[in-house]
Amino acid sequence: MGWTDLLAWNPPGWGSPIFRGVITTLQISFCAYALGLLIGLLGARGKLSGGKLTKRLLEGYTTIVRSVPELLLIVILFYTGTQGFNSLLAAFGLGPVRINGFVAAVAVLGVVQGAYSTEVLRGAIKAIPVGQIEAARAYGMSPFLMFRRITLPAMLPYAIPGLSNLWLTATKGSALISVVGYVELTKITQQAAGGTKWYFTFYTTAAVLYLVISLISLQGFGMLDRYVRRGQPKVG
Amino acid sequence: MDFTVLIDFLPLILKGLWYTIVLLILSCIFGFILAIPIGLVQVTGPKPLAWLAGAFCTVIRGTPLLIQLYILYYGLGSLFPQIPWIRHSFMWPVLREGFFYAALAFTLSFAGYEGAVMKGAFASVPKGELEAARAFGMSPFTVLRRIWLPRAFRIVLPTLGGETILQLKATPIAALVTVVELYGAAGQIFRSTLDFFPPMLMVAVIYFALTFLITRLFNFVERQVPQR
Repeated sequence: MGWTDLLAWNPPGWGSPIFRGVITTLQISFCAYALGLLIGLLGARGKLSGGKLTKRLLEGYTTIVRSVPELLLIVILFYTGTQGFNSLLAAFGLGPVRINGFVAAVAVLGVVQGAYSTEVLRGAIKAIPVGQIEAARAYGMSPFLMFRRITLPAMLPYAIPGLSNLWLTATKGSALISVVGYVELTKITQQAAGGTKWYFTFYTTAAVLYLVISLISLQGFGMLDRYVRRGQPKVG
Repeated sequence: MDFTVLIDFLPLILKGLWYTIVLLILSCIFGFILAIPIGLVQVTGPKPLAWLAGAFCTVIRGTPLLIQLYILYYGLGSLFPQIPWIRHSFMWPVLREGFFYAALAFTLSFAGYEGAVMKGAFASVPKGELEAARAFGMSPFTVLRRIWLPRAFRIVLPTLGGETILQLKATPIAALVTVVELYGAAGQIFRSTLDFFPPMLMVAVIYFALTFLITRLFNFVERQVPQR
């Protein structure tokens, strides 16, 4: 069997399962990234203008998550999450349920992403000249309006490079989800490679697919970067 | 949750810690040595070599380390036994171990990330300094050894600590190819005690401590290196 047969769309080729793996990987990465951004936005806000306790807690969260290996965090969070959820159900007299693998994967990766997003967004918001925020306040803008009209567009040029890196980390980090058994690109590749013993072919295919995702994402973020910097003087 | 059981496993934990540290040091040192030519050819050329080095960095940085490790461990690992002279060579006991593939994958990964950083560092050494060195009649190699590399190294030094920490955080993946480093040791303890949290939280604390130590170490090194 040549590699064209192995990667054919229909069984015994693995084309269609691998394609579904790519889609799942993208879905997990995208949802985890979005969750991470949400946590990051709240976290950055808390770190910049929260009370003493909020700041302490957020500092602990970002420091611990960023200094413990991702793989270990994923395994610990996955185990804690599924165990905790089932013991919560048991406390209400309900039997254990199987946790939806997708939701668990997104939650776990999202919590990890959130710590990095918090730092990226905090830095970006802090880089906005104070005068702009004060001017917005002086106009009597509500906090939400101020965020939408001033803070968000003003911080994006500072945040995009960091957010671009984070998205690449999310897509590559989603490969680690295969360890807790959820079937995405890496897991399906493992199954294909193990089943057919064509290890080189399948793992190289997966590598190429991840590379394509990375390269297209880089192009996309490059365009986004140029868009959010429109109207800014060119540097260098 | 009973943390006292961990005392029985102390030798295993220490062994795991040793493997983690060896993997980290080996891959950082050899990776950095590889990164020097990879960074340099991208600045000096020739074009085909520069393109090759750039492509290497892109591939390493654009694909998950886990996949790179699997390509080496399962791909190369399944190829080697079919080649008789490799099977009978003195290297075979090493080539059979997951440790070899993990060390190789981590080294290449570090070389890829650091190669891109070194490219920037080599390019940002002021031209005048290199011209001055050449005007002194230094050979190209002497320029590299005396001026270009030390200056480039000084530029990357502040980022090197962070890169080393990232590398440390990548090492647990080695457990997936049978290397019993810290995370692998925690997995073994979990399987024999069936108690999840004590071993996992303990290694998390150890990684945390290692991160802290690396930060301090690089701060110390940075203070030793003269600014000018």
